[in-house]
Amino acid sequence: MNEYTYPILFGVVIGTIARLVMLRTDYRQYPTYLHGKVIHISLGFIAAALGTVAVPAIMEKEFTAVTFLTIAASQFREVRNMERNTLTELDAYELVPRGNTYIEGIAVAFEGRNYLVIFTSFIATLSFLAWNIWIAVISSLICFFVIRKFMSGATLKELVNIEYQNLHFEGAGLYIDNIYIMNIGLPQRQEEILKYGMGFVLTPKNFNVRSTIANLGQRQAILHDASVSLGVFRDSGTPALVPLIKRDLDDGRIGVFLLPQDKDVDKAKRIIGAVPVLENAIRMPSESKANKKGNKSR
Amino acid sequence: MKMEKAVLAVITTQREKIGGGAPIFLCDTKEEMEKIAANLEAILDGIGHALSDQLYIIVKH
Repeated sequence: MNEYTYPILFGVVIGTIARLVMLRTDYRQYPTYLHGKVIHISLGFIAAALGTVAVPAIMEKEFTAVTFLTIAASQFREVRNMERNTLTELDAYELVPRGNTYIEGIAVAFEGRNYLVIFTSFIATLSFLAWNIWIAVISSLICFFVIRKFMSGATLKELVNIEYQNLHFEGAGLYIDNIYIMNIGLPQRQEEILKYGMGFVLTPKNFNVRSTIANLGQRQAILHDASVSLGVFRDSGTPALVPLIKRDLDDGRIGVFLLPQDKDVDKAKRIIGAVPVLENAIRMPSESKANKKGNKSR
Repeated sequence: MKMEKAVLAVITTQREKIGGGAPIFLCDTKEEMEKIAANLEAILDGIGHALSDQLYIIVKH
């Protein structure tokens, strides 16, 4: 026991709790199993320990010790690789795949959360050593709020208006409103699609959103999330029964064609609205300098 | 070059209009054509597309 024991203990515990707070199993069903959770809690513990011991190291004037944080960085990049590989492997066996953009987003989140743990533990230990345990508790709570804010990104309902539209066929072409989805030849399939299918039209609220929802990864994420929550009328070897999203080139609206097992319109709207906006799909054409200059001169 | 899409079979009731590389299935009636197209769709894991009332193709996507 020395003067650093309690601060270090405090920092490690706070960091591990922070990781637990960020580790949620929801409809995405990942990480589902106890083993998956154990891996992430252990890594969270390691991250917490690294963030914590950096403070006493600096106080003892062991500045070179901080370089081990770089080892931590490469370690957590490895976490990202691990997540990416696992999810990509599993994706081949999904009826409606997640898509690489979604997987990349999840992998980045796993890496990022470990850094948030390091940050939290660092702040907690620093305030314990610099002031006292009460200040440390308060700053940990502030960190938790910051983490919560970082964790939740935007969802689709903030970007688009969602409306239900009936599916219809023109000849062999399947349409939602005026958006062409695909050619379905067999009358038998057409009947199935009219019976089980649902169509939604997502209208972008502004110009930036157009390119975001046009992103193929974002579209696949919508299909995956909707299929997870509503079920999907599909099997291997029935490629004609596939949920699809197509775009109206004129105004950037997208037509979402779903084959849910649960045909509840309001629920489906809520689920599409709750789909996360993938960070990698966000585009901001209005932030471009060329765009801004153009506006000024007008 | 990787072929992404391929026509796996052609099913038609109009003998004179077709020829070429893919296997061709000739049918007498529309009903027969739809039945064969449905079977081929299931067997080949492709999608049956209607190009006209007399012509169906099975495409691997």
